[in-house]
Amino acid sequence: MSTSSPPETGGPTVSAQRVRALFATMCRIRAFEEAAERAAKEGLITGAAHLSIGQEATAAGVCGNLRTSDLITSTHRGHGHTIAKGASADAMMRELFGRAGGTSDGKGGSMHIADFSVGMLGANGIVAAGIPIAAGAAQAKRLLGEDAVVACFFGDGAVNRGPFLEGLNWARIYDLPVLFVCEDNRYAARTRTGAMTGGPGPAARAESLGVPAHPIDGNDVMAVDALAGQLVEEMRAGGGPQFIHAKTYRQKGHTVADPGTWRPAEEIAQFLEHDPMTIARQFLIDAGAGPADLDAIVADAQQEMADAYDSAAAAPWPDDGLAATDVQDIGGPA
Amino acid sequence: MSTVTYKEASCLALAEEMRRDPTVWTLGEDVGDGGVFGQYTGLRDEFGPDRVVSTPISEATIMGAAVGAAMVGTRPVVELRFADFALCAMDEMVNQAAKARYMFGGQTRVPVVIRQPIGMWRSSAAQHSQSLESWYVHTPGFVVLAPGTPADNHGLLKSAIRCDDPVIFMEHKDSWDVEGEIPDGGDKTVPIGKAKIIRPGEDLTIVTWSGAVQVALQAAEAAAGKGVSVEIVDLRSLWPWDKEAVFQSVEKTRRLVVLHEAVKVCGFGAEVAATVSETMGDRLATPVRRLGAPRIPIPYAPPLENLCRVRVADVMTTVEEMGV
Ligand SMILES: Cc1ncc(C[n+]2csc(CCOP(=O)(O)OP(=O)(O)O)c2C)c(N)n1
Ligand SMILES: [Mg+2]
Repeated sequence: MSTSSPPETGGPTVSAQRVRALFATMCRIRAFEEAAERAAKEGLITGAAHLSIGQEATAAGVCGNLRTSDLITSTHRGHGHTIAKGASADAMMRELFGRAGGTSDGKGGSMHIADFSVGMLGANGIVAAGIPIAAGAAQAKRLLGEDAVVACFFGDGAVNRGPFLEGLNWARIYDLPVLFVCEDNRYAARTRTGAMTGGPGPAARAESLGVPAHPIDGNDVMAVDALAGQLVEEMRAGGGPQFIHAKTYRQKGHTVADPGTWRPAEEIAQFLEHDPMTIARQFLIDAGAGPADLDAIVADAQQEMADAYDSAAAAPWPDDGLAATDVQDIGGPA
Repeated sequence: MSTVTYKEASCLALAEEMRRDPTVWTLGEDVGDGGVFGQYTGLRDEFGPDRVVSTPISEATIMGAAVGAAMVGTRPVVELRFADFALCAMDEMVNQAAKARYMFGGQTRVPVVIRQPIGMWRSSAAQHSQSLESWYVHTPGFVVLAPGTPADNHGLLKSAIRCDDPVIFMEHKDSWDVEGEIPDGGDKTVPIGKAKIIRPGEDLTIVTWSGAVQVALQAAEAAAGKGVSVEIVDLRSLWPWDKEAVFQSVEKTRRLVVLHEAVKVCGFGAEVAATVSETMGDRLATPVRRLGAPRIPIPYAPPLENLCRVRVADVMTTVEEMGV
């Protein structure tokens, strides 16, 4: 599963076209994150921002197989998932800046990025909290007679929290169409997750709960796409939960404030070589794409995010009145 | 009107709402088999296992799944069995249910009812007896209800299910078998945020709720024997709470006792007392008094457990000290 072979469905041309679209999504995520990093350094993003630079292939490859009516839950490191699910980068950037016109009116910021209009049920500031939420959303959709699939993203750190066990078990016993996606970037904040994780790791834990697990190179968008496509199809046909263990790497520090240079230099270098953007690009070149064409995709993405940056920087703060709205209907603020 | 127990009242209310609205469903340990106290008896037979969902012992996921389910268009009624076990779902209640609407800028609602039975009952000791209502009132986002009678358990549960906010619904375990009348027909709800004067009086106001309502009623009876006329305000709804009803009563009696089963320190009685003092302290004949449990874990042995209860005699002493 870790080689860059084209997806099984369709001929080579079709798959090259498909990968081209996934590559474009990845470029948008990368450019968004780089713009966010700049903004944070400029002091325009006041709160914590966790970048997904290096992890774009998993977000794009999984979400590329979902419909707008499908759902996702995400983590503190959620910008990539949100873009891949179809949210507006402009509204997202405003949210990170805490400005009017943000996805949540500037009331949530990066860690609570969400766009319910495209089925993105929210990033979450609490590690592993999205897992039960995803399971319940799938259960409710079934009760409502809708065939939505729910993709649930979480990090390698989440497998050591209780909701991981509870939520996977739950999805199994009720046979829910939840695609669990563990993005294993090797670290949970400053800690190497392997040192804190007993036994053979995330996939074995999933298997032990009866959830079929599929380890994969999470930096290879072709592989992620093919696997996710197959699993989503199975779930849509009535199959139960599935688990992807996507091995990837956080190229940056834990937050924008962390240079991340405390990690072994060889490890960082190795993964900069194994960059998801390079892997996808090489696949497309091998399939006949012209470098200029691919450069144009990158440039478009960078322009879109530069515009989002400018638009967010120029946007006003939210009205003070918004601080007390959407608390609750009955018994509002006191 | 029909006479039912507090427990039956809640079961009827849930069944009525499930018949009325197909998006209402319930989940929790053993609910398919009637629930730990029998509050779900017969529901699975009528509504099937997909709407009356027995779950694993996974409080965090019972609650977290309900949040996800509520955000996408259903109305889950969560059973957490004991308020003490609800603590295993604290993140899912406080960080998720109570905040999702706000932190996502109003993109979603979390119309979930979180049932968590409270209170001292049959030597249940330190981990099965707590009354933690003030924790939830302290958390923006929640509606907090604590019915003390069968009619309120029926009418407030219906209102809670219809409410778009997350509702903490606290039933008192010692009240399951208390009997009372509820309206026939199943359409009558009790409004959230409205207190009820359950005994009119002139000389002193007792504000109370939940299981302590029974203590207040007995104390009022005893006080009447001594020529003191006590008015009892059953708040029923702790957030929002009916300040107007309390102010009106205290305006008349000029004396206020707040009585609850929870630990007195930082109990919700403190909020009521402070609000009355701030608002109408100059009209009080005597300072507000609070009655609640000592700040100790609840002990097992019946005589020790009793020391945590506010007894009628305690209320009477306080009434005397207030110079009525
Ligand atoms: C319950 C909880 N504990 C601790 C934290 C602080 N925290 C935020 S992110 C993080 C590391 C998470 O690691 P992982 O799940 O691997 O995700 P990654 O950051 O690598 O994407 C920690 C410890 C938190 N947000 N929630
Ligand atoms: Mg990690």
